[in-house]
Amino acid sequence: MKDQPYVETSPHVSDEIRKTTCYMCACRCGINVHMKDGQVAYIEGNRDHPVNQGVLCAKGSAGIMQVNAPSRLRAPLKRVGPRGSGEFEEITWDEALDIAVGWLKPVREENPEKLAFFTGRDQSQSFTSFWAQNYGTPNYAAHGGFCSVNMAAAGIYTMGGAFWEFGQPDWDHTKLFMLFGVAEDHDSNPIKMGIGKIKARGAKVIGVNPIRTGYNAVADEWVGITPGTDGLFILALVHELLRAGKIDLTYLAQFTNGPVLIDADTGLLKRDEAGKALVVDRATGKLSAFDTTGVKPNLNGELRENGKTHRTVFHAMIERYLSDTYAPETVAKQVGISAGRIRAIAAELARVAFDEAFELDQAWTDFRGERHSKMRGRPVSFHAMRGISAHSNGFQTCRALHILQLLLGTVEVPGGFRFKPPYPKPSDIHPKPHCKVTPGAPLDGPHLGFVHGPEDLALKGDGTPARIDKAFTWENPMSAHGLMHMVISNAYAGDPYKIDTLFMYMANMSWNSSMNTKGVIEMLTDTDETGDYVIPRIIYSDAYSSEMVAYADLILPDTTYLERHDCISLLDRPICEADAAADAIRWPVIEPDRDVRGFQSVLCDLGARLGLPGFVNEDGSQKYADYADYIVNHVRKPGIGPLAGFRGNGSDAGRGEVNPEQLDRYIENGGFFVEHVPQEALYYKPWNSAYQDWAVAMGLYDSPQPYLFQLYVEPMRKFQRAAEGFGERQPPDHLRARIKETLDPLPIWYPPFEEGAVDTKQFPLHALTQRPMAMYHSWGTQNAWLRQIHGLNPLYLPTKRMQEHGFEDGDWAKVTSAHGEIIVPVAEMAALNENTVWTWNAIGKRKGAWALDKDAPEATKGFLLNHLIHELQPPKGDGLRWANSDPVTGQAAWFDLRVRIEKAPPPKESEPNFAPLTSPVGQGPKDLRWKVGS
Amino acid sequence: MTELPTKTDRKLGLLIDLDTCVGCHACVISCKGWNTENYGAPLSDQSAYGANPSGTFLNRVHSYEITPDVGAAQLIHFPKSCLHCEDAPCVTVCPTGASYKRVEDGIVLVNESDCIGCGLCAWACPYGARELDAAEGVMKKCTLCVDRIYNENLPEEDRVPACVRTCPAGARHFGDFADPDSAVSKLSAERGGMDLMPEQGTKPVNKYLPPRPKDTMEEIDVLAPLLAPVAEEPKGFMAWLDKTLEKI
Repeated sequence: MKDQPYVETSPHVSDEIRKTTCYMCACRCGINVHMKDGQVAYIEGNRDHPVNQGVLCAKGSAGIMQVNAPSRLRAPLKRVGPRGSGEFEEITWDEALDIAVGWLKPVREENPEKLAFFTGRDQSQSFTSFWAQNYGTPNYAAHGGFCSVNMAAAGIYTMGGAFWEFGQPDWDHTKLFMLFGVAEDHDSNPIKMGIGKIKARGAKVIGVNPIRTGYNAVADEWVGITPGTDGLFILALVHELLRAGKIDLTYLAQFTNGPVLIDADTGLLKRDEAGKALVVDRATGKLSAFDTTGVKPNLNGELRENGKTHRTVFHAMIERYLSDTYAPETVAKQVGISAGRIRAIAAELARVAFDEAFELDQAWTDFRGERHSKMRGRPVSFHAMRGISAHSNGFQTCRALHILQLLLGTVEVPGGFRFKPPYPKPSDIHPKPHCKVTPGAPLDGPHLGFVHGPEDLALKGDGTPARIDKAFTWENPMSAHGLMHMVISNAYAGDPYKIDTLFMYMANMSWNSSMNTKGVIEMLTDTDETGDYVIPRIIYSDAYSSEMVAYADLILPDTTYLERHDCISLLDRPICEADAAADAIRWPVIEPDRDVRGFQSVLCDLGARLGLPGFVNEDGSQKYADYADYIVNHVRKPGIGPLAGFRGNGSDAGRGEVNPEQLDRYIENGGFFVEHVPQEALYYKPWNSAYQDWAVAMGLYDSPQPYLFQLYVEPMRKFQRAAEGFGERQPPDHLRARIKETLDPLPIWYPPFEEGAVDTKQFPLHALTQRPMAMYHSWGTQNAWLRQIHGLNPLYLPTKRMQEHGFEDGDWAKVTSAHGEIIVPVAEMAALNENTVWTWNAIGKRKGAWALDKDAPEATKGFLLNHLIHELQPPKGDGLRWANSDPVTGQAAWFDLRVRIEKAPPPKESEPNFAPLTSPVGQGPKDLRWKVGS
Repeated sequence: MTELPTKTDRKLGLLIDLDTCVGCHACVISCKGWNTENYGAPLSDQSAYGANPSGTFLNRVHSYEITPDVGAAQLIHFPKSCLHCEDAPCVTVCPTGASYKRVEDGIVLVNESDCIGCGLCAWACPYGARELDAAEGVMKKCTLCVDRIYNENLPEEDRVPACVRTCPAGARHFGDFADPDSAVSKLSAERGGMDLMPEQGTKPVNKYLPPRPKDTMEEIDVLAPLLAPVAEEPKGFMAWLDKTLEKI
């Protein structure tokens, strides 16, 4: 045998590691960017980072292919061809900003509401909203309305936070983890890490999803539920647990509004003169404020008054949920799960929550002053995101899930679900929406917030919607994230009014981010009788040559995520863990090789050119040179800025003076900052004095804010009361019945609206999309490595439907909804609910976009389900436009879709297909051999 | 023909947990990134933005559906790379000696300067674990990150294959299967680690942990003790509640 060849086993790895934050999805992991000769050589996870602790997903590792993607825009662009052609000329930044100022300045002086500024998958919302507020338009939101606002809003109204960025399972202690249909990027790596952790110790995972992929594939139990029925299934579990008395009475009495009395006349909560909710004290039998020292709230308290008996919230729940309406036998057929299985799951939840309860040896003091020697744990935890949210019954379904957790006593206890600072945060200390427009001046307050009754709606004096998206109106009163998916449609219809300029950032609204894609394209390109575009001006900022670029008049090219400053702020959507407050930055680990600028820096410049207060100094000069300057020097409240770490002389956390060296300190620390929650404050946060005091010191609250979880959401009752005719602000008559039904203050289930609007015999199947773990919306396709994993998206059909229609893999199907039809390739999948078809989200691409070849499979065989989904429900004959959205929050009801399928002769390409766009960046190289350094 | 060592000092390999792998492809891309930049020629991509994108990968994740006789269909994610077999047919078939198995640790490597790209080894490998790089014309395969695991320029905790370091679910483990006390040997023994296609006689070093049994929860048709009703009607329930609250 000849000698083994020499192998260099200790090669030079990199010249330098630069630590920043990933932006390949919404998860915001820490990354180590290995540099060679000033170029990006390799990206791996940062072991010290609180989010990902060293691991990194496929998207994160493929960041190098995003940073070198040929689809990157190169310079500001001015449209020269018709909208939608993709014909542009490159212009200078000065010219681009002059054009923008020329459009935006007169609008601000005359009527700021004529600017609609919506920022998509923005991770700087506390900054972009600050800009919009100073501009003075009421029309600002990011993409939450078409993503997962039902989950967020239901969580905040119920318990002061929801899943993902609001909280996480207690992975170290949980023994049963139940997952409801999920978008794999919320939360990407932490959920995988958590599942790995609990599986390593043999704990169980139950997955509830019509489709058995990803997390559901490794779930010990798969529950292939009928889409849109999760709420009914959850309430059946509630029924069984209540019936068996398997609920945490102590927890419900102490920490929820279960013992609060409901006024029998009004349905509002009984309150004392100070406005505090009233309970009956079990010790004295007397009425007491819920937070009185030593009070023992009675879940079955009652108050007789003037011949009326006022009973508790808990009593109302018993009356509702013990009803046979929610019995497993009643719901089994509809949810597609046998009664025996529903009962088995309820029994398992009960067994783990109560028989495997445990205690941590940690004393703590509650807000009523009572000292507890231990922390009791209930090791059951849940997670859900878009799957159950994106239905027209999503808000109530998310509420039902939160109620289930509360009945089991598993929120903020060891082994259960834990909040991440700055949450928990009750809904009444969030801002309320503001919409008062004054020409030439800022808006009267933040745009988005949490309404607590009709008086908080964003309505004009004449009762018409103040916002272009109709957020916070009677159509969807509690629309905490706005309705980005309705902006173009409403602006086009001039309903509630016409706008002048549409300004968008990072949202592919002419493609995968809109319902009714073809219709939206027509709205963006349609002209009025004078030949002008119906939506007169469109400004768009994106880093890449997306489909939306072609539909704008002015393009402000953004940088990639490795070329920019950003802050993942506690004022916004931070990266905290249950054990710690944390925030992070991005910083330019490489400089752009093109004439592009970070969008937020451009807003600093544009804000100054427009003279916006907050963006100019007293002498009118530009206040923030760029976004980095803003991140360090902006003061939101005394001592509080965008970043919580290294304030003052570098050692202050949370509150502290501006530190000019702050970004350097973040970079030295790996791009992030962590401040740990004290031991005594780790659980029971909403009621734990130690946590409340720590949160005040950190600047998360202005004062301690202990509160009760809201089994009963009183603000919803206030909207119902208005619909019943009480109060001055009254809904239009056509909405009264719907408000009465859907704004029930205790969770209900009703069928998704599309089921009522279409003949379900005509459209027997549910159609869904899922986001693959290795892709983030339309971004992934421009990535040479990721598109080799997910370059095709067949429509997956359950075996039964394949056989019924005589399909073979690769055949083509015509898929028809009430709104439209598409012709697409199919493939069989056995691990799928038999009445459901599905495909991967946002793989289909328009020819000419993303620097792909016109024959790329994404453009020839790929497709979007969006063509089948309308932003409005089918006409009801009443002449009204009914949004295809949740009636509480306005969340886009993507997953209500019903379809039928039939075999189609193979077309040349999937249909509909569109004329190719002219690429503003040309096309990518044929082959890649990527290696940097020598 | 190239000879295999009669014995290797260690048997380094991967233990892959099929019960935990969620099929996220993190390992696939991390591997691609490291090995494009490191050992040998970069892993090239043809038609990178075109009609038939096709590149070289040393590790891929396949997904298989299993439909049991009773119960719901299952989906298994199956990551696959070179298994560093003890009786590696890809080595013995190599006409130039470019393919070899290291004596010290059992890693199977291709010495690219001796590889003529004839492809015999890829034909011989029953697992389809080798890929000929279309740009370089040499055979590429998993190196078990031989340029990471001994790399003194990396912190000690990072001296593991890139796929293991990155795996979010912790489904990939790296170690010495020749040492019965190693973590991988113990975990493999405990969870019934399996050889892939043992009938091929290749004696793979890598092992797979089988998926745990799924969907084993039994339906409850009659009331189980855990769910015995305390009452059927709200009135009875509230009476139970009063009684129970007294005891708290």
